[in-house]
Amino acid sequence: MTIIANAPTGTQRSVLDALEAESIHIIREVLAEFEKPGLLFSGGKDSVVVLHLLAKAVAPLRVPIPVVHIDTGHNFDEVLSFRDSVVEKYGLNLVVGSVQEYIDRGELTELPDGTRNRLQTRVLLDTIENNGFDVVFGGARRDEDKARAKERILSLRDEFGVWDPRNQRPEIWSLYNGRHEPDWHVRAFPISNWTERDIWAYIERENIELPPIYFAHTREVFERDGMWRALTPVSQPNEDEPVILKQVRYRTVGDASCTGAVLSAADTVGKVLDELAIATVTERGATRADDRISAAGMEDRKTEGYF
Amino acid sequence: MTTTLLRIATAGSVDDGKSTLVGRLLHDAKAILADSLDDIARTSAERGFGGADGTLDLALVTDGLRAEREQGITIDVAYRYFSTDRRSFILADCPGHVQYTRNTVTGASTADAAIVLVDARNGVLEQTRRHLGVLALLRVPRLVVAVNKMDLIGWDEKGFGDIEAEVLSLAAELGVQSTTVIPVSALQGDNVVEPSQAASWYTGPTLLGLLEDIEPKLNGGVARLDVQYVIRPQGALAPGLDPEQYRDYRGYAGTLVDGVLNVGDTVQVLSNGHPVTSRVKGISTPAGESTQAQAGDAIVVELDSNLDIARGDTIVAGELPTPQREFQANICVLDPVKLTNGQRLLIKHGTKVAAAKLSTVDYVINVADYSQHPADSLELNDLGRITLRSQAALAIEQYATSRTGGSFLLIDPTSGRTLAAGIIEENNEAA
Repeated sequence: MTIIANAPTGTQRSVLDALEAESIHIIREVLAEFEKPGLLFSGGKDSVVVLHLLAKAVAPLRVPIPVVHIDTGHNFDEVLSFRDSVVEKYGLNLVVGSVQEYIDRGELTELPDGTRNRLQTRVLLDTIENNGFDVVFGGARRDEDKARAKERILSLRDEFGVWDPRNQRPEIWSLYNGRHEPDWHVRAFPISNWTERDIWAYIERENIELPPIYFAHTREVFERDGMWRALTPVSQPNEDEPVILKQVRYRTVGDASCTGAVLSAADTVGKVLDELAIATVTERGATRADDRISAAGMEDRKTEGYF
Repeated sequence: MTTTLLRIATAGSVDDGKSTLVGRLLHDAKAILADSLDDIARTSAERGFGGADGTLDLALVTDGLRAEREQGITIDVAYRYFSTDRRSFILADCPGHVQYTRNTVTGASTADAAIVLVDARNGVLEQTRRHLGVLALLRVPRLVVAVNKMDLIGWDEKGFGDIEAEVLSLAAELGVQSTTVIPVSALQGDNVVEPSQAASWYTGPTLLGLLEDIEPKLNGGVARLDVQYVIRPQGALAPGLDPEQYRDYRGYAGTLVDGVLNVGDTVQVLSNGHPVTSRVKGISTPAGESTQAQAGDAIVVELDSNLDIARGDTIVAGELPTPQREFQANICVLDPVKLTNGQRLLIKHGTKVAAAKLSTVDYVINVADYSQHPADSLELNDLGRITLRSQAALAIEQYATSRTGGSFLLIDPTSGRTLAAGIIEENNEAA
């Protein structure tokens, strides 16, 4: 082994400071270069962090873009009321694309298993097109899934909303190029490089408010496929699935009919971080029934135009 | 102690055992959780990997897309994340075969360090020279060459020594400042995270140990901020703020890419016209007001005079070369196009986008030995020297001094596609 020279030393910034600075840089590039951006906002922790970063990127200005909620109709009540309080607090415009309305109008058909994550894609693409968004920010992270590990920070979608992983635009230095054909759009993922742990550490540092279901609470649940499902109007047990009271929290927030809870006593951000340090199951593996269907579950949905 | 972030890139091909090395690194650094390990164990067993003893095929860790699993190839850069008590890592895993130049440029452009793989049985190949050549061109601050499959040459000390000597001489030839060579077996886990029991002669660090010790290079030099976004409230203040307080507020948002900026510093604003002098009145960081910002900070600067400053202008504290309309640069072509003399392009440099014209293709560079060959066009994966004219004067710097001031993209004005990555180098003699 030979070391020819050492790099100079100096003050090194913390991981969170480095990630925060990178995200704000990306957000500012997108706000400056696109005509009509929107922010995909589910009330989940990742989109909450993106909104927090957006507010910092433009401070002291008001967040200058609308938030877009693709509403499955399968919501946790706590998350919907959280969404509304955030819209109020930041003084935002809210655009809702409703899966339920598509189903009521007969434009979408309920899937046999009753879950609606996959149905969001059509509504998402229509909402982007109908509102004329040329870019939408999303809170997807590369550590979530192996297809997402391949995502660019600015990811192009063609006129059909399709992601083509074999033909991605190279992304070099911090020079982002969001130019695209007129009927295409771009998904911007400013927290691509954050891990689940970084997100929670940042939420702790910045004292960011989250929907209460992210923290341990007592809930009526039943066990299915090794996952704890909440008892809700859209998530009902079979006869052989007894409903019991458990102390649980959610690691992700999604369609209530296929999002599982984890057993947990973590009722503060600090305790969630402690649990994460010893977690043995990935975030999506623990909580997303739809990601368990096949190894390429996310890839298939993404190529159709999903988040 | 604060943990820091290190960005690393890998270069090498499946044949060198790159996927296995990355898998080993993630596995031994305990970055793979139980449900993912179960998937890997199931697939390993299905494919009969390692016979009946249940050995894991760690190359599966880096499997991403369906086509990659089906064809056993890697299509695009994949990003991996792992951490130790001391450090968090972002690893850009760059495919070695298909479009290696385009992928390596993408993965390595932001890297603090790069890992290059060499197969101990083959030593330094043409491909190794190409990988090192691209990394040298991008001036990745630290190179780590992992000589893999040492178990297959019986941990031969002399064999390793010969490869090490050749790598170091090549690195010196390419002008790479800092190169470390480590003997490893990714398959058996030697010297990746755990020290090897098989080679008592090797007393250097493991790969992870070395990566934990590398200090990311700080961007020194002249404080430079390319304005991204001009912030003027005009009735659009965030809720709860007092409009009186921000009546005359005008802030310039951007990332301080080099140097250190202080409140009170005299600055020059470089735009299309002549430079204007001003003084820093205030600096806001994501954490609030500050008297100082350092390279890498995303900040908002207030100046003490009202100037006509727009996105694309550059604020510097100190001397920078006069903005240029015509200059030479090395470019790497990233799109299936043919770039020829007279071609109309867009250039993105810093935060400025301007019309540009490729005046002349000067020569093409063989990345393996940096030799120059006459050419009148450049194509995908070519590395070449061009002379470029820009409609707007650009505040360019040498890439060796400033990664941001010395780099740019060439964009197709019609389709918007990124055609090439450019690097401003005075000359190519010492790479």
